[in-house]
Amino acid sequence: MKVMVLVKAAAADEDRLAPSQELLEAMGEYNERLVKAGIMLDGGGLRPTAEAVEVVFEGGTTSVVDGPFTEAKEIIAGYWVWQVGSVEEAVEWARQCPDDPNSGIRSSLEIRPFYEAEDFGEEYTPQRRERDERLAAEVAAQHGQS
Amino acid sequence: MDARRTVEAVWRMHSARLVASLTRLVHDVGLAEDVAQEAFLSALAQWPRDGVPDEPAAWLATVARRRAIDLIRRERLRDDRYALLAAAPRDEPDDAGPGTATDDDLLALVFVACHPVLSQQSRAALTLRMVGGLTTDEIARAFLVPDATIGQRISRAKRTLAEAEVPFAVPDADALPARLSAVLEVVYLIFNEGYAATSGDRWIRRDLAEQAVRLGRILAGLMPREPEVHGLVALMELQASRFAARTGPDGQPVLLPEQDRTRWDRTLVAHGLRALARARTLGKPLGPYTVQAAIAACHARAARYEETDWEAILALYEALTQLVPSPVTHLNRAVAVLHVDGPRVALDAVDALRGDPRMARYHLLGAVRADFLLRLGRHAEAAEELERAAGLAPTRHERMMLMTRAAAANQSAPR
Repeated sequence: MKVMVLVKAAAADEDRLAPSQELLEAMGEYNERLVKAGIMLDGGGLRPTAEAVEVVFEGGTTSVVDGPFTEAKEIIAGYWVWQVGSVEEAVEWARQCPDDPNSGIRSSLEIRPFYEAEDFGEEYTPQRRERDERLAAEVAAQHGQS
Repeated sequence: MDARRTVEAVWRMHSARLVASLTRLVHDVGLAEDVAQEAFLSALAQWPRDGVPDEPAAWLATVARRRAIDLIRRERLRDDRYALLAAAPRDEPDDAGPGTATDDDLLALVFVACHPVLSQQSRAALTLRMVGGLTTDEIARAFLVPDATIGQRISRAKRTLAEAEVPFAVPDADALPARLSAVLEVVYLIFNEGYAATSGDRWIRRDLAEQAVRLGRILAGLMPREPEVHGLVALMELQASRFAARTGPDGQPVLLPEQDRTRWDRTLVAHGLRALARARTLGKPLGPYTVQAAIAACHARAARYEETDWEAILALYEALTQLVPSPVTHLNRAVAVLHVDGPRVALDAVDALRGDPRMARYHLLGAVRADFLLRLGRHAEAAEELERAAGLAPTRHERMMLMTRAAAANQSAPR
């Protein structure tokens, strides 16, 4: 199964998120272990929300909001995509993620399994699947890729 | 969180290195595996009650090591009593302790599990067990055989290794190429067991394929300078990227031309292409897995089936038939010939294979040949070929699909 692991921190702490050299090195080693264990598919760190933009849909109007998102409770600082045997396995890997006990920051790793087509089970009728596939194809065509 | 699954997950993370380091300690891979299993059973008994320890790898290592030392002591006592003179002292257990297995130890474990004294099936079972950290019943479910069969297969394999006195070491440079290809063969066999079969519980089978990809990635980390390891990883990832697209709603197979490519797993495609690039930049002649991965990459890069670069694929198949001159390679090459030179030349290419006894019971030969015949308007011959192929098809879904195609061919045949 594939899971996304979201690296989250309190928005109020965003200014202090810059990791120490030590933590960066520990992270590098951790990433290498994930690669060597064969579970790492993808991952990356995200720039601060000061450089982010949000497109908001509400009540039929669309607005564009520039960061930083100081009013947000939590922000996403990075992510991984892992291939693991179970959620429990992802938890055990996540528990080993290095952390700086003296940073004074509360951060968390949220583990989210991806949907697989089979998850839709019997509800996912051929008709619905066909409709979804048509939509996906249209989207892909518009974006010049598939 | 399920406690048992947590123990299994922790086990899967640490067991290979644990077994490798214990083998260094006791000089017997079978014994090492046994004491590691005992540590796993202790964990299963204790962790759900007491919680997972902070350092689970160290916990497992300590329990296994204690057990191993007990066994060695007991053996020594026996030696003292019955063979005082012959008792050359064994190496003292080194104090670095288990859980500190080096990459070389882990690699040695892989090579032992895939040793040529073992049968293919035993190599696969032992690799999944010792390197993949799967339990006996997980392996049994994956191969659709009873637990006892796998249990026996594993204990027989351990005995064979002990009797043959297979050394716990990475093969030297001379032996390495042949031994490495044996290892890659086992990994790819495990992958295909999960990937090619559409029978059985599809989920378990898919897990098996994922397990193989993972073994491949572990090997790539251990042997980063070997292009074929990266080539195999690329091949498996590119093939696995099509999982969601290759079966229809009722479990029937969906062939490459009809697959909805938006359902391909883009993360796996990207990862596979990167692995392929790595294989190619290592500056050695390309091996068969890398060439097959390059073919899979041509498909992965085509946004639509119609955009497939068949000329490139044909050129790669020319290279592959040199490396692996098997009739199946020639059959696959014929499909590329169809798209480059048309059905008449392609039909000649498959007709050259018809006399090959290795192809006599291979349903895809008939399926492919029938396709070429249809394109040449020879419907009755195609129908006949499809019916024969249906009789040879290994799974119900494939049989049904071939029967349907046979009926369609019959209908369009002039009476």
